[in-house]
Amino acid sequence: MLVIKDLHAKIEDKEILRGINLEVKPGEVHAIMGPNGSGKSTLSSVLAGNEKFEVCEGSASFHGKDLLDLSPEDRAREGLFLSFQYPVEIPGVSMVNFMRTAVNEHRKYQEKDPFSASEFLKLMREKKKLVEIDSNLTNRSVNEGFSGGEKKKNEIFQMAMLEPKLAILDETDSGLDIDALRVVANGVNKLKSPENATILITHYQRLLDYIVPDYVHVLYKGRIVKSAGKELAHELEEKGYDWIKKEFED
Amino acid sequence: MNVACRIIDLQEEYIKLFNDQLPLLQSGAPEKMNSLREQAIKIFKDKGIPTNKVEDYKYTNLQPYFKGNLNLAFTNESAHNDVTQHFHCEVPQLKTYNVFLVNGWFSAKESDLNLPDGVVVCSIRDAAEQHADVLEKYYGKTAPMEKDAMVAMNTAFAQDGAFIYVPKGVVLEKPIQLVNIMTGSEDRLAFQRNLIVADENSQLKVMLCDHTMSPQKFVVNSVTEVFANESSVFDVYNLQNQHNLTTQVAGIYVHQKRNSNILTNNLTLHSGITRNNIRVTMDDENCESHVYGLYLSDKNQHVDNFTFIDHAKPHCESFELFKGVMDDSATAAFTGRVLVQKDAQQTNAYQSNNNLLLTQNAKINSKPQLEIYADDVKCSHGATVGQLDDEAMFYLRARGISQEESRVLLMFAFAYEVIEKIRVEPLKEQIRGLVEKRFRGEFDKCDSCVVCGQSGSGVSCL
Repeated sequence: MLVIKDLHAKIEDKEILRGINLEVKPGEVHAIMGPNGSGKSTLSSVLAGNEKFEVCEGSASFHGKDLLDLSPEDRAREGLFLSFQYPVEIPGVSMVNFMRTAVNEHRKYQEKDPFSASEFLKLMREKKKLVEIDSNLTNRSVNEGFSGGEKKKNEIFQMAMLEPKLAILDETDSGLDIDALRVVANGVNKLKSPENATILITHYQRLLDYIVPDYVHVLYKGRIVKSAGKELAHELEEKGYDWIKKEFED
Repeated sequence: MNVACRIIDLQEEYIKLFNDQLPLLQSGAPEKMNSLREQAIKIFKDKGIPTNKVEDYKYTNLQPYFKGNLNLAFTNESAHNDVTQHFHCEVPQLKTYNVFLVNGWFSAKESDLNLPDGVVVCSIRDAAEQHADVLEKYYGKTAPMEKDAMVAMNTAFAQDGAFIYVPKGVVLEKPIQLVNIMTGSEDRLAFQRNLIVADENSQLKVMLCDHTMSPQKFVVNSVTEVFANESSVFDVYNLQNQHNLTTQVAGIYVHQKRNSNILTNNLTLHSGITRNNIRVTMDDENCESHVYGLYLSDKNQHVDNFTFIDHAKPHCESFELFKGVMDDSATAAFTGRVLVQKDAQQTNAYQSNNNLLLTQNAKINSKPQLEIYADDVKCSHGATVGQLDDEAMFYLRARGISQEESRVLLMFAFAYEVIEKIRVEPLKEQIRGLVEKRFRGEFDKCDSCVVCGQSGSGVSCL
């Protein structure tokens, strides 16, 4: 589904990703962990198409298409979804209008008719229930005045609405209390299927108690320096990142 | 009678025009209007049409626009144009009392206005007969011709306009809609003078809709005086929807008495050169004023909003919000003068001007101007200039929304705050739609009425 080969990316001449290799197949859950500043969020931004970052080397393909060649909107329409670490507040754009526009642009891309207002509202009701998001949130402007937890729940709600093939959750657990974390994790688990895949970018092992990964990768200084099964997460939780750093430096 | 004139040297020719046409100017006009002409032309002669050397007109040099070959109508023949027959203006779900003015002349009102008892809507010329006392008491009292050459020019030349009077205690449910149409096959200069009086405890909403119906060059100098008497509630929505060859100098001068509550909202959706003078005089205690504006401009359009809130008495509140979106090489200016006079203690005055520049060439000059002579007041002002937020843009695109659609969403999000201030629900809904259309570039100002969106004369846009 996703094949990343020797990916290098920089921002203002500072190289942050220095040769990433990763392959994700349908049905898999990958966790990418690593200390602060290792390039985790840059990787998710680059994959989603944020123009702040410049890809200087390497490739990424998504279902056989050159991902780096697509605009951010086309990546989304191809089925890539990024749950933002810091969802943006957009006063004046209502959640309903935002989601209806997004869903219908996806449908147009898939050469399907746009949803009517009632079809759309029905879909929204179903998905709200699925991810246990408070009804009121969708009556407001996008993320405006939402608490940290509400913003993250809203990301999962959007994911449910757009039904992506590959979801990248960037630090979705940061700043969440235990209840919000459970709601978010449940949402992700419910949306999981043999056809879609998830990349969890996280700092802590905590989220991985709720969403169990098939693979855990450690990102350090712009490279994946270690990959293993879920047991690696526990090891990191116990020992921290220092031993990885040490191993890498040696 | 139509007079074609060639204006090169401005002052001299306008003065000559005034002197030559004085008999026609006076003919049929109310005595009160005529009584101020001589004084007005003298002031106009002294001051002249403002250039940007005049501080209050620093960002808009009007002189070039008042030059050239221009036609003036000194009698109301042009008002009997059948244009109003073809021009239907309806906001869905909104019933209004419709009145038409053509090239500054009162043209027609719908035959079945069915106004409540005592409410008067007519030509200011007709008002002289039955409501001479009202005219005498209010005309020329709040538009300061000694301060502003454009008001002086209007006072010297204006022959017609609308007169609205709402008596004590009457609440008009439906807004009165004044549809101002500029049309004809010649380039034209027009003056219009409106007088609106809302008496004690009355409530009135007015929509001023400015349109162009033919592709000629139009220059308009209009003055609207409003008197909001004790405990009255008054709203005016000025919808400006004119083609690029239009120059509009539109003055709204509001005078408030005790406990009155007024709102002005200048919605400049499309125009050539626009200068809005908005002045609110809070001449009594416990007045509340809301002064809003939204200007959307592109190409070489220019919009200059000059506001002046005069807190003359204590315990008054004013709320001011102007927002603008400038594309291409459009320019705009905002001046927010707030004067808190010596005795106006316990004044609350809030002002905000926010601008969105979409290109490198678009330009805005924003100038808050607070003069505070009282010591127990709360005043704030803020001005911002920015671009579309890259992060918000990326967020929308990352959800599969195209760049173009994301731009429209974000521009609309920026503008919506002013639209939300509209206190007439169906109008608010209509303006939302129009603003969105404007941002999508689907807005064909010549083809349709700004308010109803119906097809009109089919004149191509400039």
